[in-house]
Amino acid sequence: MGKVIVVTSGKGGVGKTTSTAALGAALAQRNEKVVVVDFDVGLRNLDLVMGAERRVVYDLVNVIQGDAKLTQALIRDKRIENLFLLPASQTRDKDNLTPEGVEWVINELKRYFDWVICDSPAGIERGATLAMRHADVAVVVTNPEVSSVRDSDRIIGLLDSKTVKAERGERMEKHLLLTRFDQNRAARGDMLKVEDVLEILSIPLLGIIPESMDVLKASNIGAPVTIADAKSAPAQAYFEAARRLAGEDIPVTMPEEKRGLFGKIFSRRAA
Amino acid sequence: MTKVQTNSRSIRIKGRSFLAVVLTPDLPLDQWLERLDDLAARSAGFFLGRPVVLDVSDLQIDRQQLGECLAHLAQRNVSIMGIEGARHSMISPGMPPVLKGGRPAGDVDVASVEPVAVAAQSVAHDAGETLQEPQATVLQAPRSTLQSLLINEPVRSGQSIIFTEGDVTIVGSVASGAEVIAGGSVHVYGTLRGRAMAGSVGNSQARIFCRKLEAELIAIDGIYKMAEDLPTDLLGQPVQVWLEGDAIVAGKVN
Ligand SMILES: Nc1ncnc2c1ncn2[C@@H]1O[C@H](COP(=O)(O)OP(=O)(O)O)[C@@H](O)[C@H]1O
Ligand SMILES: [Mg+2]
Repeated sequence: MGKVIVVTSGKGGVGKTTSTAALGAALAQRNEKVVVVDFDVGLRNLDLVMGAERRVVYDLVNVIQGDAKLTQALIRDKRIENLFLLPASQTRDKDNLTPEGVEWVINELKRYFDWVICDSPAGIERGATLAMRHADVAVVVTNPEVSSVRDSDRIIGLLDSKTVKAERGERMEKHLLLTRFDQNRAARGDMLKVEDVLEILSIPLLGIIPESMDVLKASNIGAPVTIADAKSAPAQAYFEAARRLAGEDIPVTMPEEKRGLFGKIFSRRAA
Repeated sequence: MTKVQTNSRSIRIKGRSFLAVVLTPDLPLDQWLERLDDLAARSAGFFLGRPVVLDVSDLQIDRQQLGECLAHLAQRNVSIMGIEGARHSMISPGMPPVLKGGRPAGDVDVASVEPVAVAAQSVAHDAGETLQEPQATVLQAPRSTLQSLLINEPVRSGQSIIFTEGDVTIVGSVASGAEVIAGGSVHVYGTLRGRAMAGSVGNSQARIFCRKLEAELIAIDGIYKMAEDLPTDLLGQPVQVWLEGDAIVAGKVN
């Protein structure tokens, strides 16, 4: 049986979709069967980041409503053959996701895939709670700023109360993925420090993804950054996070400080 | 131990909304009012300035009778902050709001021979969080069996721990946007970033202890301080907070 991961955050725009695609592609490159599932019904964009938007015929809602078979809705990646996408509907709204339907789809996917990675919508409403409901593992995506950290804290509370695991009295495995981390801004004190975020959220660190143009470039060509530019700093950080998800015990690499003009001017103050 | 007296800025909230006295009238109303007068005479000022909730769930009265009852209470300076158990048809504009979700919190001792039913009741309110629907983690136990509550994990934003029967100990931090309400003392073995309210059932001896103070609000027995009123030299420090008279006093603990 495969493992179900929910990529969640509370806040929007922090990097959930980017991370779902990048981690999915990274795990698939380890020769494991991976499906990424878009739960952001109405605002789908995992298909764009995966470069599959023009191949979407059926979606999650069609499958749940019985209008399409699961196998008809799954889209195989053109670059990695064991990577699949289950897209969300652009036109329907999230009321079409029923708890029973979601449970059935997740259970089916678990039978065929090693990893089922669910890209959660923002917020703490129905869409987000349905995406996390059947997860075994949660990746909590957080930016190093106060409102993102507070929303993540809120989401962790939900993970510990509103999921099937929590209701059974089991503990949900939770990991912190700190994304859009800008070393220069951190040095200037414009962002929360890594240790402060870790202290506030008190869940283990999965990885730190630097803020990088490489992420934007990758999404512009419709590829997860771990496929588009595997050597880039964000891709390396995602590969490392994927290894840790797969159970390897390796230290987290801290992003390198960029030694630009700003770095020189501000290094004295930051010290 | 550094001790910072800050009484000049203390304000007493006349009973925070989480605890109110509940009056349950019975029929005939005039006899009940007589007994109420008797109680008020013997415990002077008992109702003065206290939030009182009128529980009419078991009362077969109509809108007009409820209006009269409220008027009689107003004459006696008993101001009703909310009505519980009222049918929609009983309420007219200008009446206190209808309350729901009250939970019993033990009887209030008013030493009377034939008491009017007076009970304390906690009313958990939406604390006005940025995200909706705070999940209230409500944990209560009978007074006789359990007087303290141990929470072995962080209290997350949006969660509230309400335990009016005694002390609450948190082994972990209390997040910004989270709250802990205890009848006794509050102990936080971590950083207190949210709100802590000790002595919430009327216990001025209750205290708040935390490893690191970054609280949004602290209150003891209804007297509170907001983040900006806290002495800045105590921020980030291990602190205990107690009450001296009507003043909140905070000091470092080592
Ligand atoms: N590490 C990063 N560096 C630069 N831009 C990023 C990074 N991660 C995400 N972004 C950008 O931030 C925006 C929001 O990301 P997205 O993954 O869609 O967030 P979410 O799914 O949480 O709403 C996108 O434009 C994305 O390209
Ligand atoms: Mg998204």
